[in-house]
Amino acid sequence: MVFALTREREQRVDEILTRYPERRAALLPVLWLCQRQNGWISPEVVEYVSDRLELSTATVKGVVTFYTMFFDEPVGENVVWVCRTLSCDLRGGKAIQDHLEQKLGCTAGHTSADGKFTLLKAECLAACGQAPMVQINDYYYENLDVERLDRIIDAHASKGGEAAAAEFSTFARFGSPRQSGAGPTSAPPPPSKEAVRLASQPPPPAPMPPSGDTGDEDS
Amino acid sequence: MSQPIKPLLTARYGIAESWKLANAEAAGAYRVARQALTTRKPAELREEVKKANLRGRGGAGFPAGVKWGFLNKQEGEEIYLVINADESEPGTFKDRSIMDLDPHRLVEGAIISCFAIDAHVAYIYVRGELAFSIGRLEQAIADARTAGYLGERPFGIDHSIQVYIHSGAGAYICGEETALLNSLEGRRGEPRLKPPFPAVKGAFGMPTIVNNVETIASVPDIIEMGGDAWAALGRLPGDGGQRIYGVSGHVKNPGLFEAPVGITMRELIDEYAGGMLGNRPLKAVIPGGSSTPVLDPHRKVDAPNADHPLHKWHGKSEIDVPMGVDTYRALGTMLGTCCAIVMDDTVNMVEACRNLMRFYKHESCGQCTPCREGTGWLVDVLDNLCAGRGKPEDVDLLVNISNNMMGNTICAFADGTAMPMLGMVQKFRDEFMEAAIKGVPDGVRHDDSVRSIVMGVA
Repeated sequence: MVFALTREREQRVDEILTRYPERRAALLPVLWLCQRQNGWISPEVVEYVSDRLELSTATVKGVVTFYTMFFDEPVGENVVWVCRTLSCDLRGGKAIQDHLEQKLGCTAGHTSADGKFTLLKAECLAACGQAPMVQINDYYYENLDVERLDRIIDAHASKGGEAAAAEFSTFARFGSPRQSGAGPTSAPPPPSKEAVRLASQPPPPAPMPPSGDTGDEDS
Repeated sequence: MSQPIKPLLTARYGIAESWKLANAEAAGAYRVARQALTTRKPAELREEVKKANLRGRGGAGFPAGVKWGFLNKQEGEEIYLVINADESEPGTFKDRSIMDLDPHRLVEGAIISCFAIDAHVAYIYVRGELAFSIGRLEQAIADARTAGYLGERPFGIDHSIQVYIHSGAGAYICGEETALLNSLEGRRGEPRLKPPFPAVKGAFGMPTIVNNVETIASVPDIIEMGGDAWAALGRLPGDGGQRIYGVSGHVKNPGLFEAPVGITMRELIDEYAGGMLGNRPLKAVIPGGSSTPVLDPHRKVDAPNADHPLHKWHGKSEIDVPMGVDTYRALGTMLGTCCAIVMDDTVNMVEACRNLMRFYKHESCGQCTPCREGTGWLVDVLDNLCAGRGKPEDVDLLVNISNNMMGNTICAFADGTAMPMLGMVQKFRDEFMEAAIKGVPDGVRHDDSVRSIVMGVA
């Protein structure tokens, strides 16, 4: 089977090529477009990309295998990356991975029997302050506990990734990335709790509580 | 106690739909860019950035104004600005907040910076995982172009500026500036030999400035306030302004906080991050991303000589030294990205170290033998120690491997692995020796303090 991009994506490729003084620089963006359409970088995709960008297949394959996010074999409908680097592990990253393995019935690095989920271990995903977290497809799910994680996974299985993201992902509460800002907004919603927390207010005076305080707010 | 500060970088985070052009503009976005491009000269802008003592926010802390000064454009050359948004250093999560919550600040910074260094094209290299941030930035760029702030004649002046997003695809090493440039050019993300430095020969063989997201996002405020006034916001000489601090790990209120350069780690943990989770004792803190050697609050600064840069803090705890690029270097660590990983007394340092060394083994690009093999050996030795198969000599073997990695590779990745490894052994040697004799008990984890919360049991 010969691989070809859709007409819209072909137009994207043409536009991307104008951004760089060298044709080769479009390699990563074009591989992304292909993976979004095909799900993974198959040998046919490698052929297509090498023709389109006038590179050898070995060059393309060498780039594909360097980057962890390009899949050189098929993956499940949803790809779950569980962060296991130190900041997440300090906040329960291992518990999250253990729970996912049990729930999906496969260990990290594998795809569930129904083909709906591929579970992968990730190195730091730059969400350390909201640990533990997972990335599912394009979205981050943060400040997890197993109960919420169950609901997130179930939503992916029953409603699909986009609907699950709209309900549970951190970004959902920040609004869609594609919302245009060109016009004035009418009646904007109040800022999200996260946004307010992220905004640096002067820190409240919070000296170390006297010894004997059990720190109830954490339980 | 810290005095309340006026937020700059995070000033618009709390505004409803702060990422939309109209909302950002109502709160001041692009006012400085308009003024700078229409009334100021590029050389003046560069001078302000130099006076600001803006130390690069990506981890190395190199003065941004000095870096800009390395440009020396030759006939027929084009200058590129490359913004490093490959935020991947374990513990670091600040740049993402700028892209998600105030993308227009970054775009405005890019416009002013391009004008100041005579660049016509800026590439923002965003790590591939941040698909959401990429979408947000692309929208911001499109809206700024429609408004006439980007494109052939930004604000009507005769200096075209284009900003493009380039998505990575999962590789920590692409945060190293020359690996990033290779990745931008469609190659494997392997670092290049320096010299030539990017300012001489960077993207597409052309002179290139690579700056971190937060560095570029600081530029509008510097131009608005003036370099001297902005520099004075910081509490340390030669290290100006405010920056975004991050705290993760065992604190009550992990997150991001904007504060002046030069607060102490103790202030950051106790005042900004609400203190230790469950009020447990602080055991160790990695100050600015995993490549920065660990701090031990029980260790005292040893600087009896009056000419030592840390003499003022002689006898005080390591965490009472102000956080600055130069003060932390004098302390034997690095400020890095200013995002701290806080560990309480439940953490086994050998296990914590093993976690981080696995990261480096996974992320080594494999180009240089000392790094490719060394990171693997460190993990093997740590695996043995933890499994009870170790011996006391192994602790020195960790030191020996680290010393043979340092300075023997193309880029600083190996040093960034060896330095924290050496710091761990130096400061927690007893724990490593104990592991060498007894192993680390089965089931020792890093998350004892929080597991009940995560698992939903009281």
